[in-house]
Amino acid sequence: MTIINMTVNGVPRQMAVDERESLADTLRNRLGLTSVKKGCEVGECGACTVLIDGKAVDTCIYLSLWADCKSILTVEGLNRPDGELTPIQRAFVEEAAVQCGFCTPGLIMTAVEIVGTGKTYTREELRRLISGHLCRCTGYQNILNAMERIVEEAHKVAGK
Amino acid sequence: MSVGKSISRVDAYEKVTGRAMYTADLERPGTLVARVIRSTIANGVVKRFHLEKALAVPGVVKILTCFDGPEFLFPTAGHPWSTDKSHQDVADRRLLNTRVRVWGDDIGAVIAENEVAAQQALRLIEVEYEEYPPLVTVEQAMAPDATQLHPDFPGNILKQTEFRIGEPSYTQAAEEEGLARISKTYGVQTVQHCHIETAVSIAWMEKGRIVIVSSTQIPHIVRRVIGQATGLSWGKIRVIKPYIGGGFGNKQEVLYEPLNAWLTTQVGGRPVRLELSREEVMACTRVRHAMDITIGMAARPDGTFVARRFEGYSNQGGYASHGHSIIANAANGFRNLYTQEKVVEAQATTVYTNLTSGGAMRGYGIPQLSFAMESAVDDLALQLGMDPLELRLKNAMPEGYVDPGTGITCHVSGLRDCMQRGAEHIGWAKKRAAYQNQTGPLRKGVGMAIFSYKTGVHPISLETASCRMILNQDGTMQLQMGATEIGQGADTVFTQMAAQELELSPEDIHIVSQQDTDVTPFDTGAYASRQTYVSGMALQKTARSLKRRILDYASGLLEKPADTLRLEQGNIRDVQGNDLMALDVLATEAFYSLERPLHITAEESIHCTDNTYAFGACFAEVEVDIPVGKVKVLDIINVHDSGVLINPQLAQAQVHGGMSMGLGYALGEQLLYNDKAVPLNNNLLDYKLPTALDTPELYVDFVETVDPTGPYGNKALGEPPAIPVAPAVRNAVLHATGVAVGSLPLNSQKLVEAFEQAGLLKKAGGENV
Repeated sequence: MTIINMTVNGVPRQMAVDERESLADTLRNRLGLTSVKKGCEVGECGACTVLIDGKAVDTCIYLSLWADCKSILTVEGLNRPDGELTPIQRAFVEEAAVQCGFCTPGLIMTAVEIVGTGKTYTREELRRLISGHLCRCTGYQNILNAMERIVEEAHKVAGK
Repeated sequence: MSVGKSISRVDAYEKVTGRAMYTADLERPGTLVARVIRSTIANGVVKRFHLEKALAVPGVVKILTCFDGPEFLFPTAGHPWSTDKSHQDVADRRLLNTRVRVWGDDIGAVIAENEVAAQQALRLIEVEYEEYPPLVTVEQAMAPDATQLHPDFPGNILKQTEFRIGEPSYTQAAEEEGLARISKTYGVQTVQHCHIETAVSIAWMEKGRIVIVSSTQIPHIVRRVIGQATGLSWGKIRVIKPYIGGGFGNKQEVLYEPLNAWLTTQVGGRPVRLELSREEVMACTRVRHAMDITIGMAARPDGTFVARRFEGYSNQGGYASHGHSIIANAANGFRNLYTQEKVVEAQATTVYTNLTSGGAMRGYGIPQLSFAMESAVDDLALQLGMDPLELRLKNAMPEGYVDPGTGITCHVSGLRDCMQRGAEHIGWAKKRAAYQNQTGPLRKGVGMAIFSYKTGVHPISLETASCRMILNQDGTMQLQMGATEIGQGADTVFTQMAAQELELSPEDIHIVSQQDTDVTPFDTGAYASRQTYVSGMALQKTARSLKRRILDYASGLLEKPADTLRLEQGNIRDVQGNDLMALDVLATEAFYSLERPLHITAEESIHCTDNTYAFGACFAEVEVDIPVGKVKVLDIINVHDSGVLINPQLAQAQVHGGMSMGLGYALGEQLLYNDKAVPLNNNLLDYKLPTALDTPELYVDFVETVDPTGPYGNKALGEPPAIPVAPAVRNAVLHATGVAVGSLPLNSQKLVEAFEQAGLLKKAGGENV
């Protein structure tokens, strides 16, 4: 076991992890952050995506050791104290971009990364940016609709 | 009115906040990890295990093998059980099999304190086998010298059925002079469901009973099959279904719950998690059957169909699963989509092989049929020199059609309107003409396909559903369904239906978004696009009972006859529409009144004895890059007649997902096996599930008919969107290139070979002509 220090959803955490442990397992099993879903465990499906220092990463192929001194954000960390949804989450709800919901937390984290750039993207660019996430329910259509909407909203705000 | 509105999903908040709990999220402290010991051959017998090294791994709790497991043979298909022996599913496997029939067969299990110990133990187990030649294809399995895989099925034929409607035989009818004829074999490949949540369950014992949390579409059926597989009395089993991460039919099968239920009994009832890896899900659960279907068609020069014939072989894989029902459904679908002057006949055969077992997958045999039949219709149209749209409009099932095999009636059909609307969207007439006689490496084409689809399983199987409603103290409603939410939006549309019946707002309906066989009323679950129709009927019946009880109670309180009272917008009103009492006041009174205490609840079941056809069409425009054999979908639309839409936005989303699955089937997905029946690409890197980059804009339209049998005029929607896409794309490629490809998927290798053979390309990547 090795001691690591990381900030998870704004809270500093110190914990002992197995050297072989993936960050997905640490977040799920030690911190109860079950929004981090496991669909393949080899970096193919994107369901376990979180932001590490602001970058979207598949945590199933990321050793917890590497997260030492890093800042982690999961969907649980987006939730506001009053329970209100962020504009990104609201867009996913209103555009019917959610079906079984298993790929949803990972996609929302990628959306946070994209929106965080403050840039605008064409639909084709968005297709490429979310192509690391597999979804079998939606055909990506409404996910892209939600993405387009929030990118546009964010750009309007950032542009002011 | 709640029905017909696009309200947001009732579970959306939980899903976007990460609070929705799925099976693996519900693990209890101290849960053991189980892993299946899998055969490394596809056909043979396990002779001996060497477990010493594996047992020495620290953390290994127990290793069980096929020589330890219960002897019961059991069926795995998620069908309603039949008390008639001749209609029961084939019971052809044990929990752990000594006789190995697929690569990765379940021959044992390791139970360990943690994942690492379980995996280390697996690697150290040595197994001795007696090996037989693997049977990959139907031809190999039916060869006279093939090993017989199951004792009761000589020739490896699981079942063969046939029918003929009309006279004389197809062959005789097709001989008539002056008819156009085709006879061609169409092949479809093995594909997998690829739900993003893998197959997982957690089992433990409580008060001498088994409790199992599982990612399943069919909790009540899981309970029965666990009983059949383990010999436990069915009442001693409790199945809990939380949120599930997609199923698409693979979880309409009782996959590993019985094994896990038995494993917990072998470790004193400690909780055990049995979670399959992605690779195991793809190789060792279920797949969509590969089939070869020969279609014969004879038509008059004006396009009137005279005679049609279907002859199909289904590659079942090692175990019966849903077995013959799937190609039988395809044959029935062949019978009913089109009419003909004289005769329609079919022969369907399901053959055991050593591939991954075929099971239910979205569309249940109809996507396979649709590729064969709809390709054949276009091939015939080409021969007749007729527009494929005209040919379909001329021969497609008319309203009032009664299927001679099942008695299912076409109550109402928007099929022809679906075709017209799809044609308008794609610019059919103009583009069919414009894309004639193209030359050069890039060529465009438009194609189409249509389908019909049943709503539920009556009269083939039992249709049964139940619902429970409880009036809360505040006048809101608890709603409990036996039917399951699996991502399709069932909980949301049930909420809307209840709100509609009781004239409440959807916010006042609290649906219990979990099934638990100890407390949930009986329903067979999510499959056959049945729930909004069949379970919706149960809901409607229950709501009406509840409403009657509310009004009866109000009648006593208000001393007015019940038939002069109405329940509207949370109020009891008289016929003039005056508010007499608020529902919350009534509800509190009912709960706590000393004089008239009453728990106002209702629970009803329905045994639906009806069925109805949903319809639709897909139109696609493609650009084919001939030298590289690449198909680009430029435009695609599905137009559906699913009757009245309960929630148009969710309906549209459902269609998107089906279209994407259809595009995967058309263009890239294929589970490959080598000649030892070992899967080659059972992972999400090598198996080409469409990504966002592979998916074009998906257009959806609806023709909303009002079905007289659907509880709200609604009919099937869940599965149909996946059906017509692949043949529409194939027919568009035919239009673009003149090359009639006979199998899926339309990948580069296949297309380049086909273009070479057709003379569009010179051999070995030479210039196109």
